[in-house]
Amino acid sequence: MAVADFAPGAVAEPQDEPHATGLRDDAFRERMAMLGLCSPALLLVLVVLVSPVAWLFWLSFLANDGSLSLEHYERMIASKSYARIFWTTFQVSTLTTMLCILIGYPLAYFLSQLPPRAAAICLITVLLPFWTSLLVRTYAWLVLLQRKGLLNNWAIELGLWDEPVKLVHNMTGTLIGMTHIMLPFLVLPVYGAMKSIDRDYLKAASNLGASPVSAFWQVFFPLSLPGLFAGALIVFVLCLGFFVTPVVLGGGKVIMVSMRITDNIELFFNWGAASALGVVLLALTMGTLYAASRLLRLDRILGEGNG
Amino acid sequence: MKRRTFTVATAAVAVLGLSATTALSQELNIVSWGGSYQDAQSKAIFQPVAEKMGITVKEDSYGGISDVRLQVQAGAVTIDIFDTGSGGGARGGAEGILEPLDYTMIDVSNFVPGTYQDHCVGTITFSTVFAYNTETYSDPANAPKTWADFWDVEKFPGTRSMRSKFWGSLEPALMADGVPMDQVYKVLDSEEGIERAINKIRELKPHIAVWWKSGAQHAQMMKDGEVDMTTGWNGRFDVAIKDGAKAAYSYDGATLDYDCFGIPKGAPNKDLAMKFLAEASKASYQANMPQYITYGPTNRDAYDLGVIDPETATRLPSHPDNAANQLVIDNAWYAKWEQHASQLYQDMLTE
Repeated sequence: MAVADFAPGAVAEPQDEPHATGLRDDAFRERMAMLGLCSPALLLVLVVLVSPVAWLFWLSFLANDGSLSLEHYERMIASKSYARIFWTTFQVSTLTTMLCILIGYPLAYFLSQLPPRAAAICLITVLLPFWTSLLVRTYAWLVLLQRKGLLNNWAIELGLWDEPVKLVHNMTGTLIGMTHIMLPFLVLPVYGAMKSIDRDYLKAASNLGASPVSAFWQVFFPLSLPGLFAGALIVFVLCLGFFVTPVVLGGGKVIMVSMRITDNIELFFNWGAASALGVVLLALTMGTLYAASRLLRLDRILGEGNG
Repeated sequence: MKRRTFTVATAAVAVLGLSATTALSQELNIVSWGGSYQDAQSKAIFQPVAEKMGITVKEDSYGGISDVRLQVQAGAVTIDIFDTGSGGGARGGAEGILEPLDYTMIDVSNFVPGTYQDHCVGTITFSTVFAYNTETYSDPANAPKTWADFWDVEKFPGTRSMRSKFWGSLEPALMADGVPMDQVYKVLDSEEGIERAINKIRELKPHIAVWWKSGAQHAQMMKDGEVDMTTGWNGRFDVAIKDGAKAAYSYDGATLDYDCFGIPKGAPNKDLAMKFLAEASKASYQANMPQYITYGPTNRDAYDLGVIDPETATRLPSHPDNAANQLVIDNAWYAKWEQHASQLYQDMLTE
């Protein structure tokens, strides 16, 4: 339709006004058509994502008898354990993310330097844990780390230490297990970002007199940051809601919000007490992400990466 | 035209046939915890009772009393009978989501005292005991016996484990603190009493290596030697010991608890379900359970039928010799104090 308006005869006289409205109408119609095409997806998101969250929000303000009340929130302030549980949750998530960065970034760098075939094989070893059940991996760590587990037995046999070391049923074990499970979520986006960096930039840097180290820090590293932030963000957010690994490897000493949510459903026999925890966790997560994005100017970094 | 008549006729026959079968064989929908426990129930109780009554029992596993509540609140009840812990039965009853049981039909005259309630009738008993590693404490004459021993880390050095929830944890703490068994719930019936129990656990906390979350977990820990002593459920320890765990336990000072059957409010076959429970509570069926799983009957007559072999009988929680040394769980106390006590316990855990 739009093509007709631009027929050679019409262009001869510069009649801007009607063309502009025509174009606007076209653009509008196209947007509507796009919206129409998207609507099934939007509707799906609305039904399966937005409405449950809204429902959760609503439930958290209902008392047992169905009246509006703040009792679920007041309980969180009155009982000391809640603040500690939120603190533990953020502590575990932050530490896990940091460990994943420390291990994952060099690993991704190493992979990105390999010839394609070797890189593919190594990537499979990174991805392999993805294909194994989360529970199996977690229990495997338990078998390795427990008091009479493989690691302690070998270390004592080799004379590295005399008494069994407490490697599991505490924060150490939880972090080991969670870092292992979360690592692929960091390595993959970082690897992707690194592969898309044009090597000519590094050659140009050396050409201009940069040492390999300064070329890495001043050229390569900043260009890989979008991938690193994306990966770190995924790891951090996934950690906040983690359940199985801290339950099995934390020995009841590392109590995270997700665990308290299930306990509250069992104890108070209503969804409100659990929903309120979910709402607070959601709010805290969004607050943290907002603060982090302001602090690190994430939008700029991610924007640059896309552009 | 002809074809249409035929279709209508088939439909009519089908409908008639259907109503005929429902009239002939009545059906009950029973849910329980699944696994080896429900297998045992199915063989010892559900199917034999169904056969006796000439009805069909459909079995399924479920997620606990919250499933029942969901069905009752939604007005779409499909469950006729469910198996739950005594605490779940008490709470469901208090919430008004269960049918009151008719104890003129169900004979509980020789039940272990305290193992039935208005909305839930006991079916098996289990005990919360502590088990110890027989390699760590290898001298049988000098083995830990009482809750005070469990707390005594000087006489019995080693790691401990307790439950990550307060259910069944406060009673032992008070006994370890010198409260006689029959006074435990009296002392616990006050904020000071609960505080006292929590403080006693706080005292042992540095030696607690793991706060366990499930029966499978504490059984596995005894098998692996992860801790030297842990609280837990007797049936799970028996399985672990059978499986090679170097562990032992005794019933002295244990808490005796039970699982029970209830009927959701508005169950589709409520009257039939009541008749079923009357039959299923008879000693003759309960006596068959221990050959499949080591939980004791709630009906004490089951011990007199000669069905349970004497060696097994003496190891069951509700055997008269064992029951005498145990504290029967008080669900009224739990209904009154559980939210308060649970909060204090969580505060203590996260310190």
